[in-house]
Amino acid sequence: MFNLKTTPFHERTSALCQPQNWRKWAGYFAAGSYEHTLDREYWAIRNAAALIDVSPLIKYIITGKDAAALLHRVTTRDIYKMKIGQVAYTGWCDEEGKMIDDGTVSRLEDATFRLTAAEPNLRWLTMNAVGMDVSITEVTDDVAALSFQGPNTRKVLNKVTDKPVDELKYFRLMRNKICGLDVTISRTGYTGDLGYEIWMEAKDALTIWDALMEAGADYGIAPVGILAMDMARVEAGLFMLDVDYTSTSHAWIEPQKSSPFELGLDWTVALDKPGYFVGRRALEKEKREGSTWKMVGLEVDWVGMESIFKQVGLPPQIPGMAIRGSLPIMVGNVQVGYASTSTWSPLLKKYIALAHLQKPYFEVGTDVRMEITVEHHRQHAPARVVKLPFYEPEWKKK
Amino acid sequence: MTANQYDAIIIGGGHNGLVAGAYLARAGKKVVVLERRHIAGGAAVTEEIFPGYKFTEFSYVVSLLRPEIIRDLELPRHGLKILPLPSTFTPMENGDYLAAWDDHDLTRRELYRHSPKDAEAYDEYARVMARAAKAIKPIINLIPPDPSSLSLRDLLGLLKVGQYAAGLKEKELYAIAKLATQSSADLLEEWFETDALKGTKAASGIIGTFLGPRSPGTAYVLLHHYMGEIDGAFRAWGFAKNGSGGVSGSILSSAKALGVEIRLNASVKQVIVKNGSAVGVALDNGDELQSKVVMSAADPKRTFLQFVEPKYFPDDFVTALQNFRTRGSSGKVNIALSKLPNFTALPFKGNGADSILHRGAVSISPSIDYIERAYDDAKYGHISKRPYLDMIFPSMIDPDMAPPGQHVMSCFVQYAPYDIEGGWDPSPGSGQAHPRDQLGEAVISTIEEYAPNIRECIVGMQVISPKDIERIAGITGGNIFHGELLLHQIFFMRPTPQWADFRTPLKGYYFGASGAHPGGGVMGAAGMLAAKEILKDGM
Repeated sequence: MFNLKTTPFHERTSALCQPQNWRKWAGYFAAGSYEHTLDREYWAIRNAAALIDVSPLIKYIITGKDAAALLHRVTTRDIYKMKIGQVAYTGWCDEEGKMIDDGTVSRLEDATFRLTAAEPNLRWLTMNAVGMDVSITEVTDDVAALSFQGPNTRKVLNKVTDKPVDELKYFRLMRNKICGLDVTISRTGYTGDLGYEIWMEAKDALTIWDALMEAGADYGIAPVGILAMDMARVEAGLFMLDVDYTSTSHAWIEPQKSSPFELGLDWTVALDKPGYFVGRRALEKEKREGSTWKMVGLEVDWVGMESIFKQVGLPPQIPGMAIRGSLPIMVGNVQVGYASTSTWSPLLKKYIALAHLQKPYFEVGTDVRMEITVEHHRQHAPARVVKLPFYEPEWKKK
Repeated sequence: MTANQYDAIIIGGGHNGLVAGAYLARAGKKVVVLERRHIAGGAAVTEEIFPGYKFTEFSYVVSLLRPEIIRDLELPRHGLKILPLPSTFTPMENGDYLAAWDDHDLTRRELYRHSPKDAEAYDEYARVMARAAKAIKPIINLIPPDPSSLSLRDLLGLLKVGQYAAGLKEKELYAIAKLATQSSADLLEEWFETDALKGTKAASGIIGTFLGPRSPGTAYVLLHHYMGEIDGAFRAWGFAKNGSGGVSGSILSSAKALGVEIRLNASVKQVIVKNGSAVGVALDNGDELQSKVVMSAADPKRTFLQFVEPKYFPDDFVTALQNFRTRGSSGKVNIALSKLPNFTALPFKGNGADSILHRGAVSISPSIDYIERAYDDAKYGHISKRPYLDMIFPSMIDPDMAPPGQHVMSCFVQYAPYDIEGGWDPSPGSGQAHPRDQLGEAVISTIEEYAPNIRECIVGMQVISPKDIERIAGITGGNIFHGELLLHQIFFMRPTPQWADFRTPLKGYYFGASGAHPGGGVMGAAGMLAAKEILKDGM
């Protein structure tokens, strides 16, 4: 019988995962949560230290004389400008300027990069590397990864690392050692909080897990699954492939595709960078003419929603976790967009959503209405377009 | 305007005073909040009595902080985080324990271990209570109407309550009527047979009152606790990061950002009255401040009997306030720990960092009799020999409360009557143990019965008597709710009939604190509602 793959941390995570709510992530088992309720895991991210197994992330090592040239050509960032030890978040597009996938590029050495992706991209990368002096190797199975997120993570890391991480800046990485084992630590994450990602050889995974759990015991460390992370990433205004946008490689019809501008990634599209890159012409055109869609933040007006529930004698009822379901957004009787992920924010005490809106409704401050289901009836709660992220603590980049 | 000229002066920098100040400033008013102490926060303060160990000194859980206040004042941006307090653990006298976990099925299974009947009844009980709470919850946000008044506003208010009551099912009405009159013991006896369950439930009916579980009226207080629960995932119940000082700290920061001036060490001597209106305050240091309105966020006795000369109020009003019951009945013991005490009923291995029970509340309430006996001591002016304790380990919820590997413990203790035989300040030569030491010892020896290693864990200890609550936080009688949550002291009778709408018989003088509707519990509702009424009156 064929099973999903297990990550190098499985021996630990499977012993801790009480609800046995495994989710499928890129062909691997990933813990949905470790406890029966998400409260403690969510708050570990926001107030302490959350240890999240992100090994299923697809990882490539791209090395060779033309490594930078390949990534410069494929992604929207100016890769030539990247310093060694720098990490860049980026999307990559097809020739029409529509998103294929997104991930991070890390410049490990002058001619060696690590690229992370949500989906397999080897074929796309290879196609673009024709004639280049570069080798592309998928290392997903060989490199284990932990996302370590929360305001206490720096203190915990400093207890176990050879070199302190105090000087490690936002979106930079460093080589380090934990228990004498080589790791790369990047100041990155998917929660919008202070956080790090720790990259290690698969064989070292359990030793490093144990060391972090032990060092973090007095700092409120908790193993955290992807359900709590899903709430935090919405608060941070971060989207997810196949949930908040469809890759051009899966899209059946044109409207399912999104450009980086439409997803709010303007800051990652370096139109001023030298040379050709895939999608350049289409993106330049879109930049000139303006986008017709945009992903924005929506804040549901609680009082307005409360009164809709009150009509049937109920207090507001929304799930206490992120909902990955499309919800229509209305202005008057016209649908002007949809929310792709919505969640209760335990920290902000607000019902928030990532929403895709048509021009001109995506302007900050626009009043819209979002579908809610009240006693099996579809209703629309008042909501307002707000700036992303919903939550950004001062220590995220400090 | 000159430096000492304001639109509004708020007396008292507790959370209600700060909330009121913030709402007024948000409406564009020039506001000053006067705080007697060197720090703001009132009874919601966190202080390092022992360096490195943060004590959430008086109040220790956030129960009903209104979510609209959190949103309106953008408190998360100012640091507010309300962390979950997932369980309640009650060690029993026979060495076993009873626990309520955050997962419904786990709790049910735990109850089943003690009594299958109780496990069944528990769900039904929770539903009945939640329905009753839901039924009366809308009333919390109403400005209490005065049933004797014929003003349009009061009539409309009454109509609303009447309409609301008429919309309730007969069954719900009966449940509410019963809850309003029963003792918590009577109520719980109807439902359950497990002593520890009844004891623990009953305990929440006596907190902050000078009553025992067999006193009528205590069932209603139980209901109060279900209010927070009906909001489900949206509750604001838990432990605030950095303790209760974290709550007032975030409100303070928000208020400052909105332009509120905060004056510390500014103790109010008297409200200045001119032509029958409050027009400012005089401070103990001789300063005088002028304003269009003055709002007090102090307790009712200070507000009406100390800050204002009685001649400005009707006689019956003064009498009613004199009779307002503010008997303090509880104290607080805050402990700095070198390690966690280990409970014999569910011991941990290692250093306890992963101990589940220490992340929640530990309740010393093995039975109704136990609590009633504790009350018996108090009735005749003694500290309970074996008191009811509600304990949490803040450092297990927010690791930043103590140095790594060390801990803090917060013990709410009842009964510790405000009026004890011999008083809280005996003359030094009496040779008797200081009552504060007696209180500390009663708490430690009680804990010791369930966690024998408690004494070796203690690094430092702060004992707070009701007298200390009065002395430090400035609450008359040391009652944690600024006045007991008794049936004749709530809703349109809080603090006194006719004057439950945050206005007072003195023009320009307002009242918005725990002693006003809807009562205490770090809700902030009184401060917010009072500010809204002040704005309605159009200053």
